[in-house]
Amino acid sequence: MIEKALKGGRGYWTWVAFLLVVIGLGVTAYARQMTIGLGVTGMGRDISWGVYIAQFTFLVGVAASAVMLVLPYYLHNQKAFSKIVIVGEFLAVSAALMCMLFILADMGRPDRVLNVLLYPSPHSMVFWDVMVLNGYLLLNLVSGWAVLGAERKGVAPAPWVKALIYLSIPWAFSIHTVTAFLFAGLPGRHLWLTAVLAPRFLASAFAAGTAILILLTFVLKRFAKFDAGQEPRLKLAVLSSYAGLANLFFLGTEFFTAFYSNIPAHKHSLQYLFFGFEGHAPLVPFMWFSLITGIISVSVLLSPPLRRKNGALIAACIGLVVSIWIDKGMGLVFGGFVPTPLEAIVDYMPTATEISVTLGIWAIGLLVLTMLLKTAIAVKTQE
Amino acid sequence: MSQNRREFLKKAGLGALAGLGAAAGLFPAFALEQTDMSSFTDKPVPGKVRWGMLIDTRKCLGNCTECIVRCHHDHNVPDFGKSKSEVKWIWKSGYENAFPTASTQFQNPEVLERQVLTLCNHCSEPPCTKACPTEATFKRWDGIVSIDYHRCIGCRFCMAACPYGSRSFNWEDPRPKVKELSTAYPTRMRGVVEKCNFCSERLVKGELPACVVSCAENALTFGDLNKPDSEIRKLLAANETMQRKPELGTLPSVFYII
Repeated sequence: MIEKALKGGRGYWTWVAFLLVVIGLGVTAYARQMTIGLGVTGMGRDISWGVYIAQFTFLVGVAASAVMLVLPYYLHNQKAFSKIVIVGEFLAVSAALMCMLFILADMGRPDRVLNVLLYPSPHSMVFWDVMVLNGYLLLNLVSGWAVLGAERKGVAPAPWVKALIYLSIPWAFSIHTVTAFLFAGLPGRHLWLTAVLAPRFLASAFAAGTAILILLTFVLKRFAKFDAGQEPRLKLAVLSSYAGLANLFFLGTEFFTAFYSNIPAHKHSLQYLFFGFEGHAPLVPFMWFSLITGIISVSVLLSPPLRRKNGALIAACIGLVVSIWIDKGMGLVFGGFVPTPLEAIVDYMPTATEISVTLGIWAIGLLVLTMLLKTAIAVKTQE
Repeated sequence: MSQNRREFLKKAGLGALAGLGAAAGLFPAFALEQTDMSSFTDKPVPGKVRWGMLIDTRKCLGNCTECIVRCHHDHNVPDFGKSKSEVKWIWKSGYENAFPTASTQFQNPEVLERQVLTLCNHCSEPPCTKACPTEATFKRWDGIVSIDYHRCIGCRFCMAACPYGSRSFNWEDPRPKVKELSTAYPTRMRGVVEKCNFCSERLVKGELPACVVSCAENALTFGDLNKPDSEIRKLLAANETMQRKPELGTLPSVFYII
């Protein structure tokens, strides 16, 4: 079936070529990192995780959001989603792949990655994360591919496919819960040490991931002449708006607990992120931009007349994705390290090498997504 | 070099290696690195020994850095010359940095200005070993939190998990940055985490840690916390002492007299 991804027009190949160039840039930068070491990044003794782990965290959410299509379609028989369930599943595959590449890029000794399987350590949340992420990638790839293959032959999918799809629903929740537990179980990192982190991760994932799915349907309509229709988009917009609202609510509860209790350690990271702390305020404009854009985008998505206008819907979806990307893909990870365990304020600035590797991994994910969706649409439109 | 000759050298080399390996297995005396069996006369009982340290901050005053220099030399700790990639096993921190949750209001200004020695606490309930996905960092039978540099994958989870900032990562190759090579302890490679090991390489020879013996003021006391009649336990009973961030439940094995 994948051969269908090798047939495309000029626009398609220009896009693929562009992605290949970006991948080349990323590979070159990664080669530099492999030669010199992680010292080429902006990370250091105090801020020991940076954009790689932040992208990973954001993308686990994108991967998990496939469930926003799978669950209503398979459990609640929402026929409106029939055309785009596959888009969600393939988005999950490419996002999960990017997650793993980001983890690999962040490792000091990627040559020893198999040690995670050779010495399984159930007390470590990383072990569980590796298990659930790989499982989730396989579940979505196999079930998505099998359903598509059956559709091509004009037959019903094999019965075992249904079982995999049902399994993928709780699995989606598990990947982001475990990812939150990577952070939420560490003593002394007060921004992360909160029981609301896992629910908040799920809420922000379902808001941003669903918004990405809506945007993908517009992209497919514009460039692949594949229209999923207005109905599923509006249904997704409602899901995204409520998830976004829940995310804002959880953020509010974080502020309340930290500032009403007035416990310094609980306040420090939030102060650093939103108001500046001891003269350091590098992320303050980003965090406020994220917060305000988030509130406006969720308001637009909540309003039925506004979300019916394509322009407003697209703008709100972009706004929500950017807002949550800043919050989760920057603030959460960098802010969690400030102040350091020895009460120092250290700022983090990613380097050009680090950003190139990051763009390269995003391009690999987009290339995989492009090829998978090209195949899916070729089957669906019987090209 | 002709193809045949290269092939021959390859095979001869492999054969020699295999021969050495077999010899080392058959005759333990030929093994490249010998194990000192006298160190293992008693089978270690987990939890029987718990090494600990007591730092008397009243004696550790001034700008003396003897213990730091000695430790970093003995353990081949690299000096990158910048705080971003810094590797450190033992260092001095401000009182309020070492004890951020301790009471500081109206405190004796001399105490607030004290520089406190900070190092790995070798916690009884270490969060770092729990976070490690490969058991590369683990708690030994004698309470020392140790690292297997050959197993570490460099994910730096232990660094995020440590609430004391005691762990360093080799962001670049550390070997060229070791000023004067010591034969007391192996060097590390790029991409792995390291930290204080309570001088386990000295303890096995019956010697006290390097920082303890190098202190001219006798400010550091080292001993078995599980032995009620040890000197460290007597000092702990006789003085008012502090641990760093005791509220986190990590049960540090490093104590401080203020």
